[in-house]
Amino acid sequence: MAAAAELALLEKSLGLSKRNKYSARGDRQIPVLQTNNGPSLTGLTTIAAHLVKQANKEYLLGSTAEEKAIVQQWLEYRVTQVDKHSNKDDIRTLLKDLNAYLEDKVYLTGYNFTLADILLYYGLHRFIVSYEERTEQRGRPPLTNFYLETEARRGYRSSPRSHNQ
Amino acid sequence: MRLFVSEGAPGNLPVLAAAGRVRGRAELLISTVGPEECMVPFLTRPKVPVLQLDSGNYLFSTSSICRYFFLLSGWEQDDLTNQWLEWEATELQPALSAALYCLVVQGKKGEDVLGPVRRALTHIDHSLSRQNCPFLAGETESLADIVLWGALYPLLQDPAYLPEELGALHSWFQTLSTQEPCQRAAETVLKQQGVLALRPYLQKQPQPSPPDESAVTNEPEEEELATLSEEEIAMAVTAWEKGLESLPPLRPRQNPVLPVAGERNVLITSALPYVNNVPHLGNIIGCVLSADVFARYSRLRQWNTLYLCGTDEYGTATETKAMEEGLTPQEICDKYHVIHADIYRWFNISFDIFGRTTTPQQTKITQDIFQRLLTRGFVLRDTVEQLRCEHCARFLADRFVEGVCPFCGYEEARGDQCDKCGKLINAIELKKPQCKVCRSCPVVKSSQHLFLDLPKLEKRLEEWLGKTLPGSDWTPNARFIIRSWLRDGLKPRCITRDLKWGTPVPLEGFEDKVFYVWFDATIGYLSITANYTDQWERWWKNPEQVDLYQFMAKDNVPFHGLVFPCSALGTEDNYTLVSHLIATEYLNYEDGKFSKSRGVGVFGDMAQDTGIPADIWRFYLLYIRPEGQDSAFSWADMLLKNNSELLNNLGNFINRAGMFVSKFFGGYVPEMVLTPDDQRLLAHVTLELRHYHQLLEKVRIRDALRSILTISRHGNQYIQVNEPWKRIKGNEADRQRAGTVTGLAVNIAALLSVMLQPYMPTVSTTIQDQLQLPRPACSILLTNFLCTLPAGHQIGTVSPLFQKLENDQIESLKQRFGGGQLEESLELKAKVSPKPEVVETVTTAGPQQIQVLMDEVTKQGNTVRELKAQKADKNQIAAEVAKLLELKKQLALAEGKPLETSKGKKKK
Repeated sequence: MAAAAELALLEKSLGLSKRNKYSARGDRQIPVLQTNNGPSLTGLTTIAAHLVKQANKEYLLGSTAEEKAIVQQWLEYRVTQVDKHSNKDDIRTLLKDLNAYLEDKVYLTGYNFTLADILLYYGLHRFIVSYEERTEQRGRPPLTNFYLETEARRGYRSSPRSHNQ
Repeated sequence: MRLFVSEGAPGNLPVLAAAGRVRGRAELLISTVGPEECMVPFLTRPKVPVLQLDSGNYLFSTSSICRYFFLLSGWEQDDLTNQWLEWEATELQPALSAALYCLVVQGKKGEDVLGPVRRALTHIDHSLSRQNCPFLAGETESLADIVLWGALYPLLQDPAYLPEELGALHSWFQTLSTQEPCQRAAETVLKQQGVLALRPYLQKQPQPSPPDESAVTNEPEEEELATLSEEEIAMAVTAWEKGLESLPPLRPRQNPVLPVAGERNVLITSALPYVNNVPHLGNIIGCVLSADVFARYSRLRQWNTLYLCGTDEYGTATETKAMEEGLTPQEICDKYHVIHADIYRWFNISFDIFGRTTTPQQTKITQDIFQRLLTRGFVLRDTVEQLRCEHCARFLADRFVEGVCPFCGYEEARGDQCDKCGKLINAIELKKPQCKVCRSCPVVKSSQHLFLDLPKLEKRLEEWLGKTLPGSDWTPNARFIIRSWLRDGLKPRCITRDLKWGTPVPLEGFEDKVFYVWFDATIGYLSITANYTDQWERWWKNPEQVDLYQFMAKDNVPFHGLVFPCSALGTEDNYTLVSHLIATEYLNYEDGKFSKSRGVGVFGDMAQDTGIPADIWRFYLLYIRPEGQDSAFSWADMLLKNNSELLNNLGNFINRAGMFVSKFFGGYVPEMVLTPDDQRLLAHVTLELRHYHQLLEKVRIRDALRSILTISRHGNQYIQVNEPWKRIKGNEADRQRAGTVTGLAVNIAALLSVMLQPYMPTVSTTIQDQLQLPRPACSILLTNFLCTLPAGHQIGTVSPLFQKLENDQIESLKQRFGGGQLEESLELKAKVSPKPEVVETVTTAGPQQIQVLMDEVTKQGNTVRELKAQKADKNQIAAEVAKLLELKKQLALAEGKPLETSKGKKKK
């Protein structure tokens, strides 16, 4: 999913009425948001965090210092690891690690739903379908649980793909 | 909480520097683990540093650990910091790991290391210099500074990898490095061993994949809107209001142009093209065109400017060419000199002089320099073993020998230099030498020759460089090349050759020899000036008053930065030496090299035949100027840049601004009442204009072009947001607003026409004619944005500036210039056996007619599609379809194809 479409989807789920226009930069099509007052913002997670503040939903960025750092860590993970063009082995390792991490958690920070969950959810979409199929017989692994849990949150019910089309 | 680090892990630096923040707030234990220990239970691959929190959670990202330390100390997150950290993780880190791996594990040096990170370093430097703050996210040091400093420290602590021209980056880095927490972190991690301290860790890491698959990129560095202070806005408004009266009087152009005491005197040279090669686009952008932009800019600044170039005519290649064509060498030079001059005239190069090296002045000055060197003991005499081809009965000049490089084993090394490893070669050292003309093996014969004693001049050269380089605008590649030559130590260089076509050597026993072009080609600049004015020494023996800018591709750096300065210093004759040596990297064609022999690439004389105007060529070549790194000419990209940047951005803005004045205000610039928003725009334009000046003063030609496009983008946005075409129909206030917006926009267009002048001189004049811009405003560019078209000024007739380039047009050009030979032979075959029934049509329709018809078919096809989409009247559609079918028929005939038998062909 193109970053602009992802951000538009995020705006909608955050309940922002005003829609922003995004441009893209470079080969990797990094999104750029031109704000009315002040410089433009570049980068998926940077813009996403900005939108969260715009919607007055700062709690989605974490409430304690620890939670805030963890949210940002997984946002970084999303753009550096999940978005990386990886080979099969890398993808397998990535899903295995996430699975292990989510073993004792509902969301990435534990029990609180945050922006990190939203962006990781979008980012994983391209792998998750085949993953679910493969693991169906063995009962739901934590990653699938996480995925369904996040999907079930109000506003994130539909898959991003259907919005894109 | 517990921090796990590993010896030599680069991530330790920022983490330790940030750890000071938590002192007294939380207990922090630091443990050292091995580089392959997995400290995070859920991660398969080892990762350090890692912070284990008291809750049992882990932070395994270096910047998140730093962020956590900052958050604990009460710091609040902000957008700008987030943006820097995201950039650091996604852009800087991949580039940096590649560079560090190269340096530390593979032991590479120089450009191999710097290449991958240069773009990122430039980005930081630009951001710092743009926002005018000492730190990345504001006035005080913060998280972003620590994370980036820590990432960069291992590389940048070696001055060789901190490019001098990145001044803002330089001072930011120095400031941070001297601060106590950073200093301590650096000592702990690098242990005074420099970057090698990272070796034990990096050796255990997999080799990072190159950050960007295509190192060659033409993508611009996007610019950001800076924040403006009230003062800046107020100053911009004051300057604007002064308008035309702040322009100084135009200085009349002198003939000849001579230096004037107390003024800035700029002497500009472009490398002399070798006479019997038709220059390709890479040659053109590398020197003449780049120098032309700077010369035009310099004149816009009212600096006293002399721009000269000429053909380099002596040498064996000319002799051979003369034999081939049955002419004398002089006749060959006369013939090709004109070809060169025509090409540059077509490209609109504004030489004050375009001369040549085969003149009596060249002999006089070269011999004088030689005599002075000789009497001062800087010329050595030695017997040289030289390659002689007995079959061709002559000594072989370097370019006529080929063989295996003695240093790297490259098979096709030339007699003077290896194209692969770049090392200089003595032809005689070549392994398996071959005469390039007859392919027989030459023999070694001895002959007396003269040498320039470079080792004896080395000290003077170093002294001069020591005075010249700091604070000058020598490009980094030029500095690097000169530095590496000096590091290897200079050797005596032979300056004579056994030839006839050259400058005679005025010494007994050397009557049959001439000076080698190495020695006398760069003297060509002096003799060309001497043919222009008898007062040439006022330019060339006047280092106090003259600023010498020399433009060239990087292969020419040693001759200009080293050999000529050594000769000149040895004469003790106070010559003007190069103050700013501007060298480009290479331009590739599509994804390969230009090649005359394979017919690949566009050469100077062919550009005119493409039907694309010279200014479009200039624009695109300058847009992709290989500044700092190699770049590539690509037809598809040229189409894209023409249609997006020129047509949709620049052309669209300038045309709209002019059209509004004509359509809504009868051709007179309306009254302007500036609102705070307009004033802000004014200040932004001023800021961008300043940036343009800063860049061009440093001869960053490609970057400065972006400023022009940025201003026009602002302009388009301004018009789009304010919608003057709607307001003009509104009430009094709305109409006034429409007037202000139109007036400001057309003044921005006028400013752009002047800024554009160095790049696209013809387009610039066209705009200025259309706007009837007053004369002085056309030829002077100040650092402020002035109102040069005041209310009441009458403009001329406005018309579009640029034409769209079409896909099929570009496709056919690409085919034509791609791998010429193959296509040609296919074409020949086709001509030999045409289908008998279409012979007539083939002979009547040329490729151009076919092209015209194809364009029309495409256009008509679009018309029909649009009508259908709009569900237009059936009869109308039928009529257009009939037209389309008729056109297709004509095209098929012209192409000699059998006619399509109406329908039924669809299934295939």
